[in-house]
Amino acid sequence: MDKILLAHGSGGRLSHELIKGYLLGYISNEILCKMDDSAVISLAGRLAFTTDSFVVKPLFFPGGDIGRLAVCGTVNDLATSGARPLYLSLALIIEEGFPLGDLQKIMESMRNAATEAGIKIVTGDTKVVNHGGADGLFINTSGIGVIPDNTNISGANARPGDKIILSGTLGDHGVAVMAAREKLRFQIPVQSDCAPLNTLVESIMEFREYIHCLRDPTRGGLATTLNELAGQSETGMIIYEDALPVKNAVRSACDMLGLDPVYVANEGKMVVIAAPEKSEQILEAMRSHKYGRESAIIGEVTAKNPGRVIMKTILGASRIIDMLSGELLPRIC
Amino acid sequence: MMIGEERTLAKKLIQEIFRISSKEINLMEFCGGHTVAILKQGIRQLLPGHVHLLSGPGCPVCVTATGDIDSIIHLSGYRDVITATFGDLIRVPGSTSSLQKSRAEGNDIRVVYSALEALDIARQNPGKRVVMVGIGFETTAPTVAASILQAAREGIKNYLVYSLHKLTPPVMKALLDSGEVKLDGIICPGHVSTVIGARPYEFIPLNYRIACAITGFEPLDILEGINMLVRQIESGTPCVEIAYRRAVKPEGNLKALELMEQVFRVGSAWWRGIGEIPGSGLQLKEEYRVFDAATVFQLTPQDATEPAGCLCGEILRAAKTPLDCPLFGKKCTPEQPVGPCMVSAEGACSAYYLYGESDG
Amino acid sequence: MCLAIPVKVKSINGEEAEVESGGTSYKASIALVPEVKEGDYVLLHAGYAISIIDQQEAEETLRLLREIRVI
Repeated sequence: MDKILLAHGSGGRLSHELIKGYLLGYISNEILCKMDDSAVISLAGRLAFTTDSFVVKPLFFPGGDIGRLAVCGTVNDLATSGARPLYLSLALIIEEGFPLGDLQKIMESMRNAATEAGIKIVTGDTKVVNHGGADGLFINTSGIGVIPDNTNISGANARPGDKIILSGTLGDHGVAVMAAREKLRFQIPVQSDCAPLNTLVESIMEFREYIHCLRDPTRGGLATTLNELAGQSETGMIIYEDALPVKNAVRSACDMLGLDPVYVANEGKMVVIAAPEKSEQILEAMRSHKYGRESAIIGEVTAKNPGRVIMKTILGASRIIDMLSGELLPRIC
Repeated sequence: MMIGEERTLAKKLIQEIFRISSKEINLMEFCGGHTVAILKQGIRQLLPGHVHLLSGPGCPVCVTATGDIDSIIHLSGYRDVITATFGDLIRVPGSTSSLQKSRAEGNDIRVVYSALEALDIARQNPGKRVVMVGIGFETTAPTVAASILQAAREGIKNYLVYSLHKLTPPVMKALLDSGEVKLDGIICPGHVSTVIGARPYEFIPLNYRIACAITGFEPLDILEGINMLVRQIESGTPCVEIAYRRAVKPEGNLKALELMEQVFRVGSAWWRGIGEIPGSGLQLKEEYRVFDAATVFQLTPQDATEPAGCLCGEILRAAKTPLDCPLFGKKCTPEQPVGPCMVSAEGACSAYYLYGESDG
Repeated sequence: MCLAIPVKVKSINGEEAEVESGGTSYKASIALVPEVKEGDYVLLHAGYAISIIDQQEAEETLRLLREIRVI
């Protein structure tokens, strides 16, 4: 038997075989292995709680897969509150006929990501749907983390004068996924940047009094994220085109496809908005972390034009950067 | 070139423009790619206030007639048809629907980057008919012509093209004849010109005394093109100059022209916002009728009315700007576009909305 | 109508060529520029090379730009 059957989702013997044989082996821990219907955990303090669903296509792409994405995406959402991620839930919706070999690869990815992030997957669910019902595999997660004292990080807290710091290069993930889809004629040597950023955030938490916002620029890219923050904080923002870190291969792939790197998704980057007096130190700390080597200050928060994000072009002119609308589509024009 | 040097050279070109330009002038950036580049680079802010840049009808998606969009949507509904289209067309509203909505209803519509990919899809799906929607001016038409010839050579029987290709010089003439807008110079489309060369524009300085500069798309290219135009205007010697010399030869690309000539014949075309312009469109020749979606599917596009309040027509003719349109940014946004100028990444309205200028 | 980018021709195989820029490569058609050679730079539009970039003209344009005297 090398494919998922409907019976695997029916709750009966085959379901248990699937869980014991294919899932538990990768993500086991003392809580999950109790096999109770709910995980029992004890936590004190302020908690961060998030949920996410993953429907990426294709499931496997250079630098990652849906499993890694699921763990990292959830961990990163928690990290943006300054929380230390602890526990995840994992729900799989699998299409009938899905190859078990692929499921194993994805579970292996999840294990590696979970180990790296230091989190435990403590409760889960598996459903199987008819052929055609789930595009292979859908994953839903939720996550809980603990927020240390004296932490007040929120999208609404940016203040004029704050510096905007970006932890690395733009567009890697979106371009890698597009590359996986366009394999026929395009060869794009770009890997997804998919990574758990909780330890990166931990490395700057000593400055948490001065950190006002944290957000990861995923769907919609940096442009959408900054617009969200500007809207929440009711401030303006200025970023500098020549300060934006972009890999050469990403830039040329974007040029060829007619995409703008500021709108392309990232899965291993963090935007940090911090008080100017500590920004250089925060930058240095980020650069010492393996996921922050190419961190750069890309702009600042302003009082002018609240809710607007403005980019100063290489020629020194200004243009407005709006949120992404619609899908990101390759252009010929 | 390093950013530092690019800035220095840009400054020099801007200084030159300030130095030599003395009067109020209107320059048209014909091509949507130029509209986007100019807004993205913030060029308007760098120019003297008396040098006005107006965007023109060179956005192939924007000028596709509503009736033609309706035909494409109709085609996409056939069970055995895979519709291959360039990205922008997906969201353009027809009379009642769009390709995006058609796709949501389950029809097989695929965005391609090239006609080559449409051919790939045809080879991989022998049981289906693949219809490549051919939009674009003289830059894209030769690529679609080449794809038809390749299909013929390889015996690919399930590849069809719906040709909505349009030609640049005829619409320029129509615009100038309308007298709707007073132009002093035209920033001519650099990539169209790699195919057609410089000669097709010569009627413009000759008959209308309007300056022409065939211009590329990098910031320095655009500033150089504007420089050339200002010089021509100030000296009263309008002509057709090639600023984009590294890519454009005066005679154009003879091979590309030959392939276009082989596959297409020139006919009338319907331009959204402008109307019917004779000799401005390309249709497949008789001998290639097995590849012609219009023939095979017996498509006869119906005329359609523009939505109320939509100023796309005037904007395409440079008689108005997006900021003049009452729907701009309110009823008409990229998420909910009323007219095509807001949908196409190259449309003036979309460019103004997305890359809008600020004095921030 | 105009998105075309300069790419380098790495290898030619019949009517197709592998073109490259910044590490990204594409299997393009050279049907419109059959005289192209390996090592040439071409403009890539919608999957087809539409023009061979004249390196000399490129350098000449740059030279003239550099020569403009700043007041």
